[in-house]
Amino acid sequence: MGEVAVKLSGVSVAYDGVAVLEDIDLTIEAGKYVGILGPNGAGKSTLLKVILGLIQPAKGEVRVFGQPPQKLRLRGQGAGYLPQRPLTNPTFPVSVLDVVLMGRYGRIGLARRPGREDRDLALLQLERLGIRHLAGKLIGEISGGEQQRVFIARALGVEPRLLVLDEPTISLDVCVQDEVFELVYALKEKLDLTVLVVSHDIGGVARHVDDVICINRRIHVHQPPPIGRLGLESTFGCSIEYLFHGEIPHRVVKAQDD
Amino acid sequence: MIDLLSLGFLQRALMAGILVSLLCGALSSFVVLRRMAFIGVGISHSAFGGVALGFLLGVDPLFTGIGFAVLVAVLIEWAQAHTRVQEDTAIGIFFAASMALGLVFLHLSRVYNVDVFGYLFGNILAVGNRQVVEILVVTVVVLALLLAFFKEIVFISFDEEMAWVSGVPVKALRYLFLVLMALVVMVSIYLVGIILISALLVIPGAIAQNLSRQFTGMIWWSTGVAVGSTVGGLALSYGLDFPSGATIVLVLAAFYLLTSGLRPRRLSRS
Repeated sequence: MGEVAVKLSGVSVAYDGVAVLEDIDLTIEAGKYVGILGPNGAGKSTLLKVILGLIQPAKGEVRVFGQPPQKLRLRGQGAGYLPQRPLTNPTFPVSVLDVVLMGRYGRIGLARRPGREDRDLALLQLERLGIRHLAGKLIGEISGGEQQRVFIARALGVEPRLLVLDEPTISLDVCVQDEVFELVYALKEKLDLTVLVVSHDIGGVARHVDDVICINRRIHVHQPPPIGRLGLESTFGCSIEYLFHGEIPHRVVKAQDD
Repeated sequence: MIDLLSLGFLQRALMAGILVSLLCGALSSFVVLRRMAFIGVGISHSAFGGVALGFLLGVDPLFTGIGFAVLVAVLIEWAQAHTRVQEDTAIGIFFAASMALGLVFLHLSRVYNVDVFGYLFGNILAVGNRQVVEILVVTVVVLALLLAFFKEIVFISFDEEMAWVSGVPVKALRYLFLVLMALVVMVSIYLVGIILISALLVIPGAIAQNLSRQFTGMIWWSTGVAVGSTVGGLALSYGLDFPSGATIVLVLAAFYLLTSGLRPRRLSRS
């Protein structure tokens, strides 16, 4: 086994006394591309937030590259993160370049201005995502797919080793969804990233994932096979896919688009 | 005009007015974009409790006012972070309670010669040298802190969660911004009074939003508009013999109405 990127041991999280995650043990190797699936309210986003350090678990221990996530964050070495709804205020008057630069702020440090190299790096990220020409546009002026690319570029601003994406395609057209997944895979390969992606779109994720984590308060890791890359690819030829496992059966539905 | 400016009280009024409006203008864009208009109202009204406490204890109302406003701002923030209460409910509770406390303090102090009306609606012409110095100190401190943490405050205004993940100390900056607001509110009392401060904290930013597409552009516009309206409002109030604070606020409101038709952009709200 190679380097461990994420390790959760006995992690439990509860909101107002209601368990969201229970006794999660999970190890993700560095360099893996991991899809996280589960029904609404299963704790997918919560799991990501625990890994990012945004939520402190009631019990258990979280390690990202062997360190507590809060410690990495304060050193500006935290994970790259794409939240589920990254644009909470679409009329906020900032340019695309400013948004990408924000990803660098933690590394730049308090009370210091972004320098030339920060700007160059932000432009490089935009270049990588094929949207350099949008640098001067307002964030609210560009399309949903372009916005998603901007926010992925921002996530790369921390120069992360771990990239965490929460429903990166939720509000996008079908063809744009595929583009985003392809893009993320290309970035993973190029930058040698570990990628965690929560998605409802199993088909899109399945093309590249190494592991699938099914979650419904408790966790179930599929290493291929039975539902590895090949398994998922072949099973998603049909229009509806049912997966049953564990105590709580759940269903995953994917409509074909052609 | 030169004759007018040779009058000491007018010089001080103008100086104080420009400094205060500079501060309010600089903060106003953040207040608007962070949707903090109501907390501005809350902090300003709670300052009344502090001012009255100053009378009761016989100390400079500025210091008790700042203390009280900061305390209430921090309590509102703490309550919404640690209890089930919503922010607007917390503001509603704290500002009413501190105003009520202020009335009780005034009653207990048995001081009948204080200009309560001046604190409520502003009396810039009564500003003395000491107040001008106080305002100057607050202006320097607030602008320095705002400049130092400018990029982080923009980031938390845009997206707090991402700012946190990127390593920005979000909680500390949220408290810092509230303290800055409390300081600005306190010195604005001289200009427009407790009741009307929220106008200075909100309207310049709202006008700037009508005029600029860029955040830094917004800051320049809101600061310029605040200073311009203050100077214009003071001149107008002198000419018409109107109350100065109210005139400034009316000039700002008129400016807002005029610029509302000029929105430079219509962003798709998806």
